[in-house]
Amino acid sequence: MYSKGLKPLSSATVVAVGAAFALVFFYAPLDADQGFVQKIFYVHVPMAIVALGGFVAGGVMGVINLRTRDPSWDLRSYVAIHLSIILGVGVLITGSIWARASWGHWWVWDEPVLVSFLVVFLLYCVYYPLRFSIEDPERQARVSSVFAIAAGAFVPLNFMAVRLAEAYTHPRVLSQTGGDLPGEMRLTFLVALAAMTLLFITLWKLELTSKNAAAQLKRLRAKLA
Amino acid sequence: MPALPLDEAGKYVAGAYVVFVALIVIYVAIIAAKIARIDRDLEDLNELVKERR
Repeated sequence: MYSKGLKPLSSATVVAVGAAFALVFFYAPLDADQGFVQKIFYVHVPMAIVALGGFVAGGVMGVINLRTRDPSWDLRSYVAIHLSIILGVGVLITGSIWARASWGHWWVWDEPVLVSFLVVFLLYCVYYPLRFSIEDPERQARVSSVFAIAAGAFVPLNFMAVRLAEAYTHPRVLSQTGGDLPGEMRLTFLVALAAMTLLFITLWKLELTSKNAAAQLKRLRAKLA
Repeated sequence: MPALPLDEAGKYVAGAYVVFVALIVIYVAIIAAKIARIDRDLEDLNELVKERR
């Protein structure tokens, strides 16, 4: 069911990630201000965008679950949020490494972008205990979906609030002027973003396939018992 | 802060990319282990069905 198209998707992901790595290290020019350290940007920012997109997607799938009462949408929502949390860990670690190299500190508490991402990440960490504290599968799906929708709505609100904040230390990447990225850097960034999106979708489908196979196996075993 | 020299910056960049690759490899390894367990369980079920016949 979920494994359909997984092979070509995996191949496309491998090609895209390989192309992104090649562009980052052999094509994109060195940043005039930060030098080689700026290469972290190409893994950190796409990972953050895809993680936040995954949280929002989890909320949308939660809406579909509540509308259709189809438990498969709850599973899709759960896996999207689970993967986004894993990417979130990567965002926080790579962000800290970049901050240390650029600003001399592992973390800057008065920087709105960093703190707001941490708030979103911690908010979603609540999802696991909430979900797994409910035994009834129907109620679990319903409550998890409500959480996914509420938290998913918070993500763009949080993004806008940060944009409206006045103190800027963290660089802007996506703006109406294109973030002032030179052409080669912009192309590299877009390829890295596409690769990260493909990677997310591939891993999402892979985990869904695994969970679906485990569920089918459980049902088969129950029938044979 | 001024830009770091290449040898020092290289350590940070390598660190960031290693974190990314490690996360993905660990995740895929966990999923692969789960799929391997499902495969073993399927074989057991197959054996069970054969015995019943």
